[in-house]
Amino acid sequence: MKVSLNWLKEYVNVSLSPSDLAHRLTMAGSEVKGTQVIGDKWEGITVGQITAINPHPNADRLRLVTLDLGTEQPTVVCGAPNLRLGDRVAFASVGAQLIDGHSGQVFRLKSAKIRGVVSSGMACSERELGISDSHEGILILPAEAPVGIPLADYLGDVIFDLDVTPNRPDCLSVVGIAREVAALTGQRVHLSEASYEESAVPVDQQISIEIAAPELCPRYSASLITGVTVAESPGWLQQRLLKYGMRPINNIVDVTNYVMLEYGQPLHAFDYQQIKGKKIIVRRAAGGETITTLDGVERLLSEDMLVIADEEGAVAVAGVMGGACSEVTDETASILLEAANFSPASIHHTGNTLRLPSEARMRFERGIRPELALPALKRATQLIVELAGGKADKGLADIYPGRLDHKPILLSTDKLKKVLGVEFSLDQIVAALTALGFDCRTEASTLEVWVTAPYWRSDIHQDVDLIEEVARITGYDKIPATLLGQPLPRQNPEPILSLKQKVRHCLIGYGFQEVITYSLTSLEMLNRLLPESRPLEPPPLRMANPMTAEQEYLRPSLRANLLATLSSNRKHEAVGVRLFELGKVYLPQPNDLPEEPEILCGLLSGSRQERSWHGGDSAFDFYDAKGVIEGLLDKLGVEVNFEKGSDASLHPSKQVAITIAGNRLGTIGELHPKVVAAFDIADAVCLFEINLSQLLPFTAAHKMFQPVPRFPAVERDIALVVDDDVTHYRVQSIIRGFPLVAGVTIFDVYSGKQVPTGKKSLAYRITFQPLTHTLTDDEVDKIQQQILDKLSQELGATLRRQAP
Amino acid sequence: MLEQLEELKLNALKELGAITGIKELGLWRVCYLGKKSELTRILRGLAALPVEERKLSGAQANRVKADLEATLSQKEQALREAQLVVAAEKGRMDVTLPGRPFPVGHLHPITQTIYEVCDIFASLGFQVVEGPEVEWDYYNFEALNIPEEHPARDTMSTSWVDFKTGDGRRPMLLRTHTTSLTARVVESRQPPIRVVEPGKVYRYEASDATHTPMFHQIDGFAVDRGITMADLKGVLYEFARRFFGEERKVRFRCDYFPFVEPGVEMAIECLVCGGSGCRLCGNTGWIEILGAGMTHPKVLQRGGIDPEVYTSFAFGMGIDRLPMLRYGIDDIRLFYSNDTRFLSQF
Ligand SMILES: [Zn+2]
Repeated sequence: MKVSLNWLKEYVNVSLSPSDLAHRLTMAGSEVKGTQVIGDKWEGITVGQITAINPHPNADRLRLVTLDLGTEQPTVVCGAPNLRLGDRVAFASVGAQLIDGHSGQVFRLKSAKIRGVVSSGMACSERELGISDSHEGILILPAEAPVGIPLADYLGDVIFDLDVTPNRPDCLSVVGIAREVAALTGQRVHLSEASYEESAVPVDQQISIEIAAPELCPRYSASLITGVTVAESPGWLQQRLLKYGMRPINNIVDVTNYVMLEYGQPLHAFDYQQIKGKKIIVRRAAGGETITTLDGVERLLSEDMLVIADEEGAVAVAGVMGGACSEVTDETASILLEAANFSPASIHHTGNTLRLPSEARMRFERGIRPELALPALKRATQLIVELAGGKADKGLADIYPGRLDHKPILLSTDKLKKVLGVEFSLDQIVAALTALGFDCRTEASTLEVWVTAPYWRSDIHQDVDLIEEVARITGYDKIPATLLGQPLPRQNPEPILSLKQKVRHCLIGYGFQEVITYSLTSLEMLNRLLPESRPLEPPPLRMANPMTAEQEYLRPSLRANLLATLSSNRKHEAVGVRLFELGKVYLPQPNDLPEEPEILCGLLSGSRQERSWHGGDSAFDFYDAKGVIEGLLDKLGVEVNFEKGSDASLHPSKQVAITIAGNRLGTIGELHPKVVAAFDIADAVCLFEINLSQLLPFTAAHKMFQPVPRFPAVERDIALVVDDDVTHYRVQSIIRGFPLVAGVTIFDVYSGKQVPTGKKSLAYRITFQPLTHTLTDDEVDKIQQQILDKLSQELGATLRRQAP
Repeated sequence: MLEQLEELKLNALKELGAITGIKELGLWRVCYLGKKSELTRILRGLAALPVEERKLSGAQANRVKADLEATLSQKEQALREAQLVVAAEKGRMDVTLPGRPFPVGHLHPITQTIYEVCDIFASLGFQVVEGPEVEWDYYNFEALNIPEEHPARDTMSTSWVDFKTGDGRRPMLLRTHTTSLTARVVESRQPPIRVVEPGKVYRYEASDATHTPMFHQIDGFAVDRGITMADLKGVLYEFARRFFGEERKVRFRCDYFPFVEPGVEMAIECLVCGGSGCRLCGNTGWIEILGAGMTHPKVLQRGGIDPEVYTSFAFGMGIDRLPMLRYGIDDIRLFYSNDTRFLSQF
């Protein structure tokens, strides 16, 4: 919200500099986001009055204008069309700093010869003065502008741009900010009740008001002014509205806007003649009812919207926008002026449905107090009578079914200390609250006080609200900084957190780059993961209001966005890419929040080594991905099984499922060529994926220490010839079953000319580790023979050669 | 015999002196000290000599043997040292060539920041907890004193999940702040409580240089007897000191959040202009870091904690802003476009 310092000064003395004032307001809760100084560059610009206008001897479109500046009467050449004798204008002397109306550049005014006539000075447009962008004609000042004074003294101002918090609708007004300034600087607010002459006709005889929906309208009050002349507002009023970015319309509408800015109470003016039956009914709209609003749009209303109606139909959408039929026009002679209070929720809902944002709506939505209606109504009535003539009927119409008075709240010095951690005396408390307009009754106690909030405050409900008031008025910087002195609460670390941390550190140790992709994705992306198109099962969780189609679904796996990341990185990474993401996926559950397991997913693609002068240019393959998972699980102390996989997104024969005790925890594999192509990736991509939430229980057991062997181990190499379909896993399992076998390492896999067709050769190094004595060759030979016998029996394995 | 021994010694030493390689030393040893050498033969033949001569010649032969062995050992040592000198001089290479690359991995800068922030608060006794990202309206808003139609809801544009209850309400959403977890913690734990809650949050917003539909926050929450706003200030100042450095000025001002009262905004002196005003800080000289306050009694009550017995503070801050400020990153979208040329810088 904007606040003019000049306007503010009408209600409170301000002795602080604008920047100090901005600081105080900011610290106390109303942040000043920007300060615009108007007129600080207006040296040499004064208020002048046009005393003569003569034609230019050499140009039809230029004129010679003589001005009275009080001390001197210069004549200058002027091209503006909107000049009249007697107008007061802003006159810039030679040397004044102005803004070029066309280029926007700052320049210093020089004396110039225009078509043979010397012109020393000029009358300025708003744009040249930097007030607004208007450059159609020169700025015509109000008639009351004193001739000869510096323009800055008359029009100069400071405009603060304030960020008023949603709990303080009272601060969406000049008077509200004046109250804050007064409390912060030890001043008083000067605000006298508006008064005006009334006619003898009681307003109640001219208009009857009925509130048919009191739950949506706590208060409706109105005044009636007859015999008005609708015309342009005076200059000072227009200037003020313009500073607030509001377009002046006429003296009636301008007054309603002015008083809204001044008091924070939205007002609405009806053409009284257009109110059928002299009756205002505040009711819910009927289903299917329509109204043409001020902007000329016909709008369909619903039963949850509140309207202001006369006997025939709606004349306004309550608090949101007036109707065209009852609009104030140049012919309007009588004004019905409304100051009402509407339920914030209703206004919010109606305004959102009709998509009509407005200053009035914002104030109602934040919950202004119904007590604000009458002071604002009186003030606006007074201004209309002053500016548009006419007479107000006697009294005000006022229906107030929603009266809810502030109750006194007990505040003790103890409670204040308990919350703030610093002691305040009752006197300090009372002083701070009284400055803000609170009523304080101490009743002889020095430890507690009964406090009642002033009528304009809607945010005070309990003692902590008062404590904040005391703290912010005295200043948060008065609160000391202490560290928690209480004993440390018992810690129950969540094991998944340390698992995630270990996994992340392990993977970066392997040279992986962690990425974080969006949790939302598109159906199109998810479908790319399927080589054959078919519906996703189960369907992923959909957003009701997706921002874009790319962000419509909550990811059921990390794969799609991770592959897209790989794809975009492969375009600039000449060598291999290793990426992983560790995050949640969202698995729909019937009538409940989705399950959100923590998933690790990694991708490898491209060259295994960085390109270097050492050579080596082999590509990542399945066994790299498997090696990562084996290494990771070894580090975590988990033993898993690898079983045949059936993941549709992966190459049918280059994949394996990771299982523990029958639970499928993840998968390793090369992506299906169609999937790789769908993500526009040139090389093969290897993936590993593991559900850490499911893995977690198996990581809990602590490994027991194994003693370091005291006797030397013996190693033997054997090369076996087996059928092609015999897996390494089966061979290894058999060998491992023998006593003293501490390790089985496969170091060669061969099929080709050296072995018969349909066979392959597997070479193993077996490590025998004795626990009680040094092994003799004979002992080892014996076990090795047993192993070979068993391999022969069970797998038909024969010995290819035995290394010495 | 004695002359024979002397001659043998002279020959042997002469030959030894001429040797330049370690391998030849072995041959020399076989030749002069080996089983079939002349010296051995002489020593074996001593037994056949008369006693006097045997004594004399024996002593002499043993002396010669000892001399030869000692000289051999010296020669061997000298040759080995010479060899090391040669080895150290050999094998010149271009040491400016790069080493064999070991792959270097990086945590995402957001992850790094979360760990760093959590470590600071962990050292102050705060335990890290995590919670659901898809959340009920109740925990995200209602329980935090933000009923329907509350103006604060407008400031947090919400992404709603396409899920309707029997009565047509749509209560499932993507949490707009990690404070939703505070609403769960207050309900499920008994004081004393000290937790920090990092995680992803979501807003219904278009992306630009300062907004992304998903970003990260961390909330903190403490409940105990005797916790005050001075403690809140102390804890947050300690965080700012450790994260932004000793010299960075900190400001604590009144602000409004529905779930705290009194409410606080903490800002630090602008890292770019140092307080004089620039584009980054909107000419204010200050950069807002977090919102905080004393937990609203209604929030505690709703979770079953008596606000007359216990006091509590809460704070919440955006994570993404922290590395942006620290490294001068001017576009938040860089974190989620995951270009390795960006990510590998951290
Ligand atoms: Zn700055």
